[in-house]
Amino acid sequence: MEATGERFHLKPSRKREEKMISIFLVIALLNVVTILLCLYRAVVGPGVFNRVAAVNVIGTKTVVLLVIMGYIFERPLFVDIPLLYAMLNFIGTLVFAKYLERGELCSW
Amino acid sequence: MSRGEKGFGIIVTFCVMFLFWLILSELFDAFHLILGGICSAIVTLISHGLMVKGKSQKMLPKSLRLLFYIPWQLWQIVLANVDVAYRVLHPKMPINPLVIEFETSLRGDFALATLANSITLTPGTITIFVEPGKGKFWVHALAREPADAHLVDKTMQRKVAHVFME
Amino acid sequence: MLLVNVIVTIFLAIGMFFMFIGAIGLLRFPDFYTRLHATGKCDTLGEGLIIVGLIIYHLFHYPGTSLATVKLLFLIIFIFIANPTAIHAIVKAAYRRGLKPWRWGEGRR
Repeated sequence: MEATGERFHLKPSRKREEKMISIFLVIALLNVVTILLCLYRAVVGPGVFNRVAAVNVIGTKTVVLLVIMGYIFERPLFVDIPLLYAMLNFIGTLVFAKYLERGELCSW
Repeated sequence: MSRGEKGFGIIVTFCVMFLFWLILSELFDAFHLILGGICSAIVTLISHGLMVKGKSQKMLPKSLRLLFYIPWQLWQIVLANVDVAYRVLHPKMPINPLVIEFETSLRGDFALATLANSITLTPGTITIFVEPGKGKFWVHALAREPADAHLVDKTMQRKVAHVFME
Repeated sequence: MLLVNVIVTIFLAIGMFFMFIGAIGLLRFPDFYTRLHATGKCDTLGEGLIIVGLIIYHLFHYPGTSLATVKLLFLIIFIFIANPTAIHAIVKAAYRRGLKPWRWGEGRR
């Protein structure tokens, strides 16, 4: 098989990449700040519905954080993992909503 | 479903699954292609009844019209998101929530799902409940103006009905 | 190459602004339904803009692996379909369980 190790870690060869990577770091830090703001609603939120909604929002913001981190570490083919986590987050929220609506998960 | 329609469903599902395999793994040598074929065949055998429900549904012009509906929808999303941003940041928070219900003339599954998704994506309204027998929508609106755009204007319903030819 | 960097930065900044609006709306609004109005939609649009910016960056700086941009496009389409559906599922469950909407003039909940 071909040398797949070199394919997954491409080094950029110009100097302007450094500026872009520091901009990506700032954006990722702002993303972490928004996640912390949402955590307040997940802890305090009167009732269970506020908390479930806050956890769904935190999952969406985590997907963005993962995509940006793939570009910070210069591994552009990292995008499979955020794709998987977006699907898991969606299905988790649907299962929660179904259980809260009916009181049971499967009616056998 | 007759046997011709079942075969058509199997072939379409297999092609879509194989296309996804080719996109998600970017290796085009013989071993991985054969592996992709086997995996797509297993998935198709299990779930071929879900995607295509018969041949006489005119999917090609519907898909083309759907493709033209999407840019208009994106522009509406951007405009209305700026409106919600204004309402969030304003120090007095001018919101006035209300629950409205209205009837549409759409009856198909996919058309109802597309309209519900478009209503939820356009800021100012969230779909609460859909009745598939009569085409009724219960919608929670944030203020008077986005609610009016659905009750009085009916632009979005006309466009979705035009896409799905109902 | 400098023009591409400026365009990517503008997309990332606007997307981040909308995500901040989403988080602030989650804190400020007085009721469950109105909070979901703010987050469910501004979040989706902000995320779409950020990933579009990253697609432009990827096309210009890593020219060998252009097939990965199709994966990012698929991620955008999936988020635009899946996020409103999850929000609708939660709102429907809350409405069936009897959570009353907020009217103008009541206290915060």
